[in-house]
Amino acid sequence: MSNRLLQICMVFGSASLLSFGGGSAIVPELQLQTVHDYGWLTSRQFADSFAITQVTPGPSTLLVTLLGYRADGLAGALLATVAMIVPASVLVGVVTMLWLRTGHARWHVALERGIAPIAVGLVVASGIIIARTVDHGVSAWAVTLAAGLVLGVTKLNPLAVVCAGGVIGLLLNSV
Amino acid sequence: MAAAEQKPSIPTLMEFFVVVVRIGLTSFGGGLSGWLLREFVQRRHWLDEEEFLSGLSLAQAFPGVNVVNLSIWIGYRLLGTRGALAGACGIIVPPAILVVLIAALFAALTDYPLTHLVLDGVGAAAVGLSLQMGIIAARRVAMKGLEQIVIMAAAFVAVGLLHISLPLVVVVLGALSVSLAYWRLARA
Repeated sequence: MSNRLLQICMVFGSASLLSFGGGSAIVPELQLQTVHDYGWLTSRQFADSFAITQVTPGPSTLLVTLLGYRADGLAGALLATVAMIVPASVLVGVVTMLWLRTGHARWHVALERGIAPIAVGLVVASGIIIARTVDHGVSAWAVTLAAGLVLGVTKLNPLAVVCAGGVIGLLLNSV
Repeated sequence: MAAAEQKPSIPTLMEFFVVVVRIGLTSFGGGLSGWLLREFVQRRHWLDEEEFLSGLSLAQAFPGVNVVNLSIWIGYRLLGTRGALAGACGIIVPPAILVVLIAALFAALTDYPLTHLVLDGVGAAAVGLSLQMGIIAARRVAMKGLEQIVIMAAAFVAVGLLHISLPLVVVVLGALSVSLAYWRLARA
């Protein structure tokens, strides 16, 4: 296995076990490592990849598939996806087995109650950090805030709002 | 479709896999757990709602993609280890292949500045989406008491403002928070 593939394994394998709160918490960390530490892609490419995974089907954590793809082609994409999915999945599989066997044990409740506030704190923190890396300029921040507000007060389909963001971004910047 | 109500409530591996693949390929970003609820609980009655929610809270509490975790949980609950494997592969592999194809297509378009403007707008709106979901979840946690608020705020400040390393925050704060919750339960 080449050096690059080994690095991909390490970056995404450790991200896997840290992805509390559904994966958005690790986006800033991934940017730091893939763009600044390893230089697999530019900030520009990172922002593009992030946006693409928001409008394609499936979980937005598939960002890692695209980061792997930029780093080392198809082998990189495959390896990054596997490294991201397998460690956390094995952990959850084992916990599920124990969980379903032990019924309503006290540690279930303790784990749920203990981890939930941390996961939520990390999601909000990563929202702010991602905004700082993705949003360049006032118009981008305005789109972020507007999208958050619209989704907060209406029942619009998130995909529609995200696509509208693309159109607005185009209009705001090309006039 | 109309006669499907009376079927036994355990699906075959293939039935389960097909449903998971379809959900993976037809749903976007935030709403995947809602799709799973609709398909598995409301439409097909493979699980009851309480079971589903218990699996959802586990899926959210542990690291990993929430919806992958949930598919593993449901798969294991319905069909054992092979179900867990089918759930994980079904929800992640088809969209992963699709996203690479789309990205390769986009690469051909990235010479045009217009592409970047559109993607910048999409990215900015997506950040708004994730912030808004975070705030809803934060409000739910805040209603559970002061202790939960303090822990949530500590995680936010440590990672979001002070930029302390994520593993450190998760391990230290997680151990503290879970032991505290356990201790409270033991005393109650």
